[in-house]
Amino acid sequence: MIDFQYVRANDVADAVRQISANPTAKFIAGGTNLIDLMKEDVERPSRLIDISRLPLNKVEETLHGGLQIGALVPNSDLAYHRLIAQRYPMLASAILAGASAQLRNMASTGGNLLQRTRCYYFYDIATPCNKREPGSGCSALGGLNRMHAVLGTSEACIATHPSDMCVALAALEATVHVAGPTGARAIAFADFHRLPENTPQRDTNLEPDEIVTAIELPARGFAVNYTYLKIRDRLSYAFALVSVAAGLELEGDTIKEARLALGGVAHKPWRDTSAEAALRGQKADRSAFACAADVLLRDARGFEHNAFKIDLARRAIVRALTQAAAGTPQSQSDKKVR
Amino acid sequence: MPEKIPVSLSVNGVETQLKVASWTTLLDALRDHLGLTGTKKGCDHGQCGACTVLVDGRRVNSCLMLAVMQDGAKVTTIEGLANNGTLHALQQAFIDHDAFQCGYCTPGQICSAAGLIAEGKARNDDEIRELMSGNICRCGAYPNIVRAIQQAMGQS
Repeated sequence: MIDFQYVRANDVADAVRQISANPTAKFIAGGTNLIDLMKEDVERPSRLIDISRLPLNKVEETLHGGLQIGALVPNSDLAYHRLIAQRYPMLASAILAGASAQLRNMASTGGNLLQRTRCYYFYDIATPCNKREPGSGCSALGGLNRMHAVLGTSEACIATHPSDMCVALAALEATVHVAGPTGARAIAFADFHRLPENTPQRDTNLEPDEIVTAIELPARGFAVNYTYLKIRDRLSYAFALVSVAAGLELEGDTIKEARLALGGVAHKPWRDTSAEAALRGQKADRSAFACAADVLLRDARGFEHNAFKIDLARRAIVRALTQAAAGTPQSQSDKKVR
Repeated sequence: MPEKIPVSLSVNGVETQLKVASWTTLLDALRDHLGLTGTKKGCDHGQCGACTVLVDGRRVNSCLMLAVMQDGAKVTTIEGLANNGTLHALQQAFIDHDAFQCGYCTPGQICSAAGLIAEGKARNDDEIRELMSGNICRCGAYPNIVRAIQQAMGQS
């Protein structure tokens, strides 16, 4: 690994001051992705600002009936938190579908949002990659692209966002709270991650001198009819080929409210409110689910090795909505998909 | 030469002071600075689990941790599990069930299983397998690893 300076931030304001003063510095919390990227020479910060001791590690109830999750709450603590398990089981399930027990113990909530793509070419510094080195080209477009995106791609980049947690946060309409030199602001989850367009080097709309302080969940948790269904090449500890976070509110067998987000298919968690609108007011059955899948996937476009993801996503959406409607969410330990 | 940063760790109950470069991982500090070579370096990228140790009682990948960030932490490695010459229940269970072949992943498997038992979330074989998926065994001793963990869980 490269040499770098190591400093600690005393509080959030100090962290913002320190990052503003040095454009080649980076924050480190859990470090599970950043240290790996530094070992690969993909990230080369001159200085690491350790934020892991800042007091951002609480899960608190909000005045609006939701929860505020400190950015430094470890993924495992969040997944097993009593209030998350009771009120937002879709989020708990998504977290437990990702990474390993060790990584979940280390990784922070804020860091999970900011993890980088696992595109092989992004990691391989011997190959062109517009995300790593803007203007150098995209090796995945004409290369091995089995794990890559089928929605929202650009000529510059077809990478996917790797997080499971973020797919559930998108479906739940979370809000990201950040602090910067001019104060604090809130970013709707849908606006936090970006599509690649011509600037794939920017994964999110977080400014370089801002820090994530908390994630807020609204009151609506879809705790009865939900699922997180993750399809991957091996049964555990692998990134999604396709994943689906689904939440329904039912009145009898009529859908009153629906949420649907996909992972593994785009540069950000893929949510399309028109697919949810297509479900609202419908009878919760296979034909309504298939219609919603068609709406969500209407602009999907495959590449040489990943066109299978479009059919896989369509079937996974129908299966996930079926699980959610039946109140039988996907188990993350018994791997049978029912 | 890079600047060396002082770090205090309690390793297997022993207070330890060391000076490391910023980029020294906890794994390298344990192996190269403290001579505790029981913890293994497999992939060095957090994918295989061979480097698993307990930090403040939680299982973690020591290859993805900077030693400087763990200042003040309590670290338990495979060398710290036995008690006055009596093997830890997991160590005995791995022997009883022949839960290894080459043994390279075993220290990480056992530390990870100790973390799993402390977490208390695994109740059956499926849950043990899922919550041990961060520890790869290329010899394929998985069935016996699950049996060994079941035995130790029954004793805890």
